[in-house]
Amino acid sequence: MQPYLQLAQIHKKFGSFTSLKGIDLHIENHEFVCLLGPSGCGKTTLLRIIAGLETATGGSITLAGKNITRMPAGQRNFAMMFQSYALFPNLTAYENIAYGLYTKKLSKADIKKRVEEVLDLVNLTALAGHYPGQCSGGQQQRIALARALAMAPDVLLLDEPLSALDAKVRDKLRREIRNLHEKCGMTTIMVTHDQEEALTMADKIVVMNNAEIVQIGTPQEVYEQPNSPFVADFIGAINFMKDDSTRELHPQDQQASAIRPEHIHLGAFADDEGGALQYGKIQNIEFRGSFYRVTLQWMDDERLANPRFVMIDISTEQSKGLQLMKEQIIPFSLPKERIITFETEKPILVRA
Amino acid sequence: MKWNEILQRLLLLLIVILLGFSILLPLGSLFEKAFMNEQGQWIGVSNLLNYMKSPALLQSLGHTMYVSIISTIISVGLAFVYAYGIVRTPMRGKTFFRYTAMLPLFAPSMFFGLALTFMFGNQGFITTGFFGHLPFGIDIHLYGPVGIIISEVVYTFPQAFLILVVALSMSDYRLYEAAEMLGANPMRKFWTVTLPGTKYGLISAFFVCFTLAFTDFGAPKIVGGQYNVLATDMYKYVIGQQNMTMGATVGLVLIVPACLAFLVDRYLDRKQKNAVSAKAAPYRLVPRVWRDRLYTIYCAIISGAILVLLLTVIFGAFAKLWPYNLSLTLDHFDFTKVAGGTGWEPFWNSIRVAALTAVIGTFVTYLTAYAIEKINHWKFVRQISYFLAILPLALPGLVLGLAYIFFFNDRSNPMHGLYGSIWILVLVNIVHFFSVSFITATTALKKLDSEFEKASDSMGVPFYRTLFRVTIPITLPAMMEMGIYFFINSMVTISAVVFLYAPDLKLASVMIVNMDDAGDIAPASAMSILLVATSVLVRILYEWATSAMRKRAAKWQSRTNDAQQDSGAMKL
Repeated sequence: MQPYLQLAQIHKKFGSFTSLKGIDLHIENHEFVCLLGPSGCGKTTLLRIIAGLETATGGSITLAGKNITRMPAGQRNFAMMFQSYALFPNLTAYENIAYGLYTKKLSKADIKKRVEEVLDLVNLTALAGHYPGQCSGGQQQRIALARALAMAPDVLLLDEPLSALDAKVRDKLRREIRNLHEKCGMTTIMVTHDQEEALTMADKIVVMNNAEIVQIGTPQEVYEQPNSPFVADFIGAINFMKDDSTRELHPQDQQASAIRPEHIHLGAFADDEGGALQYGKIQNIEFRGSFYRVTLQWMDDERLANPRFVMIDISTEQSKGLQLMKEQIIPFSLPKERIITFETEKPILVRA
Repeated sequence: MKWNEILQRLLLLLIVILLGFSILLPLGSLFEKAFMNEQGQWIGVSNLLNYMKSPALLQSLGHTMYVSIISTIISVGLAFVYAYGIVRTPMRGKTFFRYTAMLPLFAPSMFFGLALTFMFGNQGFITTGFFGHLPFGIDIHLYGPVGIIISEVVYTFPQAFLILVVALSMSDYRLYEAAEMLGANPMRKFWTVTLPGTKYGLISAFFVCFTLAFTDFGAPKIVGGQYNVLATDMYKYVIGQQNMTMGATVGLVLIVPACLAFLVDRYLDRKQKNAVSAKAAPYRLVPRVWRDRLYTIYCAIISGAILVLLLTVIFGAFAKLWPYNLSLTLDHFDFTKVAGGTGWEPFWNSIRVAALTAVIGTFVTYLTAYAIEKINHWKFVRQISYFLAILPLALPGLVLGLAYIFFFNDRSNPMHGLYGSIWILVLVNIVHFFSVSFITATTALKKLDSEFEKASDSMGVPFYRTLFRVTIPITLPAMMEMGIYFFINSMVTISAVVFLYAPDLKLASVMIVNMDDAGDIAPASAMSILLVATSVLVRILYEWATSAMRKRAAKWQSRTNDAQQDSGAMKL
């Protein structure tokens, strides 16, 4: 079956600068997709091309079998929520939300009904008569969300919707957006550079770097089986190592493997179920609330001149039995099944 | 108290005294005159009441309102479309259009009256169908409201244009994208995004243009004919009838819209500051062939009209005997045979006054702004000084000139000696154009970190050392801009100086009015051309001389940006 939204070989150039090269992406109906990547990777440009605010230099976009590559933004029935709200400052929350409905040629009563519906959906009924300037950041963002939802869009586009908010509000809105997606079920594409946001919200993550898609997968897949050092490094913390043994390795080297810090066993009971017992000298202990991040210097006589380090995460609970101290020498082991190896045939893209 | 602080307090004191003597006290004597009769007895508002009863004067008020409102609407409307074309479309020739639109700033307001006389007057080339070369002519009945309105439109156009260019540049493109996503058509985008976004600029432009037209003296003097307006009434009372009391009363009426504009401007200034978000995205210019072509044609017509006015006056100044003998001559530039045979002296006087105003005015204005912005003592004194510094915005030139007569022509005033000298002209010009320069300086100073003063204080460096070593070098471009503003405005102004010049110290702009009065419009045009040419030349020289400096400033500014980015990256 054909996917709901299909991007084929999307190219975009700004002058001599290539922003996107050959993007192929399939998005199913009702799916929540996150475009994730560092700044400048082209993710926002891709979203804007999907929205119709930007015209692709090459390639095509198909929605439910219909080619919409050249269709103007206003006719696509997509809704977009902007990074910095882009609410009309001279219109009240109510008028902002009703703005797009006006062009749908609905009756006054229908518009009113629809606006009240979405205001209720985002819990903002009390603020209907307020101007954006009178609302807090979180409230403004919910007005923007309501404005997008009111259009009953085929696809909802979110451009870093939470990046301008403080941590608490961001957490709350994250859940709200996810809940609304489950309730309303519209296909949603969100751009973010925040890996945590992508991991917690998305059905599918599209990792981008240097104008290309690097990996597509569920949050679990991209976290546990990153297909390149770049993805492994970008999402979560990681230790890079040589494939054959336990040697540390720079990601651009030929053979690469890696392990997440929380997968390393630390302490005397680090058994040999995985790899051989290793020893390290504690360099640094960082308290992170629910866990400690311990940095060890690998005890390795051969390469003392060129010391190598490994990060290990250990739960606060577990650390109590270990009584960690700086300069302490402590055993650890690397479980084999947790070691990630990368295909090395194709060149791997890594952040500078 | 440290001597550093004593010096600072002395500076503040000096400034508030200077402002008081040059602005507040003259105004006071004007009000005094308006509320007194000829014998110097206190009669309250009965002068105003008399004024209201006189049908002739009421008629003038009606005339003034009529021409000001109509010319304001036309000027702001034309300027909005013109500025929109320049800011919001990718059409070609923008630099040319931008400079042409600003040309009228370099001319005295009489200039447009002269140009219109050559075109639409009784012997005008359009009235007579190119001197009979065409089978028909068009008579627009220039002398009266029509002439005044056209002159005021041209006169106020650059002011409206400059305000609207700024207003249109401050748009936030994200709102256009949001509207686009919500399916709004261009009309709806205009009404819901563009117009609300430029609302403050439009209101501000309306008030500025209205005030200029309401208080202008030059244009109605030349093309007003029998159509009386307040400014010419006031001139007649003061110069013609020596009726100072009625002059002062009319002056009070002239102040009203200016004060209103002043209040609105202050209010909008505060509003607008809140409205602009730092996150706003710049407007994206999308080419659209037909729209761009229409705007190009429109702007070409407007700038063409401005150039035609200019060329007409140039031609009129060189034509031997308009309209009978159109061969070219330099005779009209020899001013010895007309209006008292003063020769070129008024022109040199104008340059002297303008140069003195530019140098002293820049110095005083800058010091005032510095003292108010950067000295941290006597908050109350600084507030009073600030109020006095922006008060001249609300004072029409004629009113200021009259107030100066009352104040400085009083024999009991110890500064009576200024009266009749070149210094009173310099002083009145400085005060007349004080506020705009003051705001320029304040804006530039506000951009500087206030910690500079604190840092130098903590190091025990006297404030004037920081002022000369750091503050002035950084704000030098703003100072140059202030100087040129003072110079050009002093060259072309007529309203304040027309009451104050001494018989042996005539100014070029005054001569233009006198020569036109005597029917010598060709020499009047010649003198106008000299004024425009000088102003334009000075502006060009200024641009050329400062381009190197501005490039260096730009480099310095971009370097600080880089530094900011670096420190930002380091935090990450």
